[in-house]
Amino acid sequence: MNIFVLMKRTFDTEEKIIINNGKVNEEGAEFIINPYDEYAIEEAIQVRDKLGGEVTVVTVGNEDAEKELRTALAMGCDKAVLINIEDDVEESDQYTTAKVLAEYLKDKEPHLILAGNVAIDGGSGQVGPRVAEMLGIPYVTTITKLDIDGDKVTVVRDVEGDEEVIEASLPLLVTAQQGLNEPRYPSLPGIMKAKKKPLDEVELDDLDLDEDDVEAKTKTVEIFLPPKKEAGKILQGELTDQVKELVTLLRTEAKVI
Amino acid sequence: MTRKVISLAEIRDGSLRNVSFEAIAAAKTIAQGGEVVAVLVGESVQSYANELIAYGADRVVVVEHAQLKTYTPDGYGQALMAVVEAEKPEGIVFGHTALGKDLSPKLATKLNAGLVSDVVAIEEKDGELLFTRPIYSGKAFEKKIVNDGLVFVTVRPNNIPALSRDDARSGDVTSLSVDIKDLRTIVKEIVRKTAEGVDLSEAKVIVAGGRGVKSAEGFKPLQELADVLGGAVGASRGACDAGYCDYSLQIGQTGKVVTPDLYIACGISGAIQHLAGMSNSKVIVAINKDPEANIFKVADYGIVGDLFEVVPLLTEEFKKLKVHS
Repeated sequence: MNIFVLMKRTFDTEEKIIINNGKVNEEGAEFIINPYDEYAIEEAIQVRDKLGGEVTVVTVGNEDAEKELRTALAMGCDKAVLINIEDDVEESDQYTTAKVLAEYLKDKEPHLILAGNVAIDGGSGQVGPRVAEMLGIPYVTTITKLDIDGDKVTVVRDVEGDEEVIEASLPLLVTAQQGLNEPRYPSLPGIMKAKKKPLDEVELDDLDLDEDDVEAKTKTVEIFLPPKKEAGKILQGELTDQVKELVTLLRTEAKVI
Repeated sequence: MTRKVISLAEIRDGSLRNVSFEAIAAAKTIAQGGEVVAVLVGESVQSYANELIAYGADRVVVVEHAQLKTYTPDGYGQALMAVVEAEKPEGIVFGHTALGKDLSPKLATKLNAGLVSDVVAIEEKDGELLFTRPIYSGKAFEKKIVNDGLVFVTVRPNNIPALSRDDARSGDVTSLSVDIKDLRTIVKEIVRKTAEGVDLSEAKVIVAGGRGVKSAEGFKPLQELADVLGGAVGASRGACDAGYCDYSLQIGQTGKVVTPDLYIACGISGAIQHLAGMSNSKVIVAINKDPEANIFKVADYGIVGDLFEVVPLLTEEFKKLKVHS
């Protein structure tokens, strides 16, 4: 099995968002592997351990992402690829990322591609299906179970809490939903091994792309924080009275009931 | 600039989902006076067309085929491509639902278009359309523009108000015949796990439980409160991790991001990851034993107390209200 995982480096979920000069301040912030991509990595490793083959983890970004790629290698991926677009692309969107990934993957003959169903920073969930469409292969998003038997694939897809059991065949792209598995922590030997595993860096030139080919189709013109909430009202007195007061407030003041 | 805009309707449990009407309202804003054409896709869906017109669509295109009974990206992709070829729209609006999230990137790629996902507000400024969407799970927002060409967006349920229903409106309903073939993913079975009716992402009222609920059994009083209010039950990651409920109920940075009119947090401490998923709710009520709990910082109203005492009392109080009204 030739398996690829599409990974994104994101802000740690604990981070507060600070905006400086219209941009999200990244200085001093902790970064992690996008949590949904961790499920994708774990699943890729499990499929490889069962069916053999190789797992390559790929990211689009800059050299800062090497840290997260090494983590993926320490978890058990075999190879890592950083597609560094920092010097070539000023403004990117999901089209840009998908186009770059698809160009990289098009001659790699992947059997299975895994990605997170959404990144917790941008939150668009576009890149996985876009890559599949560009490569001309089918996809299933938000999966919670994956079984491969020869070329036949059975997946369970989460559809807003309900489940679809879907049959497809390889090659296939799937995006991971929470519940797919329990991602492992990198072990100490895993971390040691990861240092020696190949981490290749690729640029747009190497993919025969120039900036115009990947030009963003949408543009962010403003970033802002939600309005600060005023401190709420903590009710006082007997519990039964508090409950009565709350119902009254919800009806007359907040007017939501 | 006026645009012709198509909006995709969705049906769940035999009714049009509310987000279908919200998508029409969004399409109207994008159209800037141009025509809004609602699209119905399914096996036998013509009967829903008039309701879409009542909610503001100028016309409805119906695409019916036995292979479209269940959603698949290939089947719906072919149906929507046929609609796009026939209508040549300058704008497309989907709901940011399981279906919309799955299908929109495929269609955008086929049309070589950009896509602004999960839009919560649309405004026109100096002739340009600005789309507001949450980033970092609602810890911040961004405004986006489409550089040129097709304006394709998905709208988050519960955010862009639908127009009021007007059954006096009229408009053409036409069928478009399509050839659906070569489906590469086949839905073998649909396992219903959620309750009939109220979907978490579209619920106007959510009663959510955290670790303080203590067990699967502990969610019962929350469900009773949700039932009285016509709402849905949600959960924090803590409650899901502890096995008290299914991950499909999880609200937060991983999990669902929700914006109901009323969010009642029961026994939820208010970790930053949970707040990211619900802090943009219109009104937040927190019920927690710990007066120092973080959830009180975002709550509009708080009751410091045991949820197992407070929640049943609340249910009773709302029941009384129902009887009176």
